[in-house]
Amino acid sequence: MDFLKDPVAFIAKVLSDLLAAFLPAPVVSVLLLIVGVVVVASFSLVLPLFLIWFERRVVGYMQDRLGPNRVGPEGLLQTIADAIKLMIKEDITPYGADKVVYNISPVLAVIAVISMWAVVPFAHNIIGTDLNVGALYIVSVGSLGTLAIMLGGWASNNKYALLGAFRTVAQLVSYEVPMILSLLVPVLLARSMGLNDIVKAQDVWFIFLAPVAAFIFFTTSVAEVGRTPFDLLEAESEIVAGFHIEYSGMKFGMFFVAEFLHAFTVGALTAVLFLGGWRGPGAETYPLLGVVYFMIKAFGGYFFVILMRAALPRIRIDHMLDLNWKFLTPLALGAIVVIALADKAMEPWLQTLQPGIAPWARGGVLLLANLLLVLVTYLLLSNSARRMRRAAERGASGGDGAGHHDEHHEEAPAAPAHGEAHTAPAH
Amino acid sequence: MTALQIIFLIAAAATLISGLMVVTARNLVHAALWLIAALFSVAILFVLLEAGFLAAVQVVLYIGAIAILIIFAIMLTRRVMQDTGPQTNQQWWVGAIIAVALFAALFVVLQQVVYPEVTTAIPPDSLKALGNSFVDPNQYMLPFELASVLLLAAMIGAIAVAGDKK
Amino acid sequence: MIPLSWYLTLAAALFCVGLYGVLARKNAVAILMGIELMLNAVNINLVAFWHYLTPAVSSGQMFAIVVFAVAAAEAAVGLALIISIYRRRQSVVAEEMDLMKW
Repeated sequence: MDFLKDPVAFIAKVLSDLLAAFLPAPVVSVLLLIVGVVVVASFSLVLPLFLIWFERRVVGYMQDRLGPNRVGPEGLLQTIADAIKLMIKEDITPYGADKVVYNISPVLAVIAVISMWAVVPFAHNIIGTDLNVGALYIVSVGSLGTLAIMLGGWASNNKYALLGAFRTVAQLVSYEVPMILSLLVPVLLARSMGLNDIVKAQDVWFIFLAPVAAFIFFTTSVAEVGRTPFDLLEAESEIVAGFHIEYSGMKFGMFFVAEFLHAFTVGALTAVLFLGGWRGPGAETYPLLGVVYFMIKAFGGYFFVILMRAALPRIRIDHMLDLNWKFLTPLALGAIVVIALADKAMEPWLQTLQPGIAPWARGGVLLLANLLLVLVTYLLLSNSARRMRRAAERGASGGDGAGHHDEHHEEAPAAPAHGEAHTAPAH
Repeated sequence: MTALQIIFLIAAAATLISGLMVVTARNLVHAALWLIAALFSVAILFVLLEAGFLAAVQVVLYIGAIAILIIFAIMLTRRVMQDTGPQTNQQWWVGAIIAVALFAALFVVLQQVVYPEVTTAIPPDSLKALGNSFVDPNQYMLPFELASVLLLAAMIGAIAVAGDKK
Repeated sequence: MIPLSWYLTLAAALFCVGLYGVLARKNAVAILMGIELMLNAVNINLVAFWHYLTPAVSSGQMFAIVVFAVAAAEAAVGLALIISIYRRRQSVVAEEMDLMKW
């Protein structure tokens, strides 16, 4: 067995040969399982050390300043310095807080994010566990993170933390709906829920087959993390920093790590579901090349998340919920219907083509269907915006007492304008 | 005692202990947390029963939606931040007697049943078969549509009952 | 191999625990939590029977999914009712909801 062809099996064989000398067989297999779990968890916990530095440097350059560049070469050790600072801070528990819940909630937030990495495929044979319901598993552990935030806000015994937690949970639970719907599109195109199967089915990257679904998944996942432009809940200028106001020291550090790791997981999942995961020239024969391609694509997704943070302003809570229920959810439902119809109707025609051209033909037709959907959405939105503008002008010229009506009508076109601003960058 | 049996015993113990803590906890939010532990243990049991899809749906639906809804309702319907006083009503001993008697009766019945030996294995594409059964007119398409209408009615009803009427 | 009777006994025990919760608790939300435990016990029963008796047919899993949907609908409407009652009567203790008897 070759290390280059199958690294995980090779290492497992070496370890089991080593341990079988002085341990019975079932214990060896359990130990190997534990080693695998520890490797996956450690990888996802060590990664934020690099991610936080990456983000701070990139955001710094986008804001025309240098990021941290003193501590260590090019500032790489800055995160370690910050971690040490957080660890030696005083561990405060507020008066009247529910101790057990207060301490558990940051741990639960980190657990929710690390568990997502158990099903992410790094290469065709390097994966934590190849669940056949991988896509649904990701949604289910994501909802554990929502729970952690709710508990953290309640356990702080602080009115403002509770309010912040309510708003956070309202946002997170609302944005789960279009996320699950848009997650259904790659599952539909790949005919399977397993993440490795989805990657293997991407002869043409799914972002070309279903750009609308990719846009919706990316936007709603960024909203699930709680990053700008959806970070109303924890921004310093909003309701006294939201649900984690009473957390300091390493507990806040855990929320912090969970957020950055979740942001990178969003980039990694977009890469797996829409950008072809580990696929690339030579990835089938050399799995380590697959890992390299996957990390490049995941960092590309993460860079896009950072770009959105640096460039976009924050959305208000009622605009945010309007955007979700009045724009993203109907668009996601429309995308599923259009793509499912187009894919199924094309199937008999695709059988008649040569196997080399068939994926590209499928990609072309689905891309056209998506562009048609985008065109229809744009026409609908511009019509409704025009109608609202006409009503506002009529209201302004109609009477003097209609001053405050103007404000209301001025705000209403802002929601579709936000929607259009979001449609524009992805196409 | 195979490994699977040990895992089953641990999961079953977790479920029952969490369930007991749900019904006896004084602080309602603690009871909700024990409920989440019980629901998670049931998801583990579903995995043991090789119904992975149901386990994932259990976590998404029960823990990610229903438990959060219950915690919201607890937080919106309390007058003080801490709970005081007993949480059981005056006839709790009648409830205990009924529950224990019912369990004793069920246990006796279950001991006397002759369990059939079935050797058909679970087909490898049971997930696809489940998905097909949702939309096949000869199978369960009608219950699927009825379930969606039920959920729509529940959604409209909840908004109508609990919505703010300005 | 885990015998089917173990699963059924566990489901019966969980059902009885939920039943005690419904019968003995004062707070309406706590009663709802007992109902959720009972529904979960039923689901364990259904999936155990599917796994051990008819694994080739998907009826068992389908029944469990319909029970999921019904439980979600009932929790939503029940909690909406509880919140509405709290707004009028400032209390969710089940014994105090006695307006229909004089």
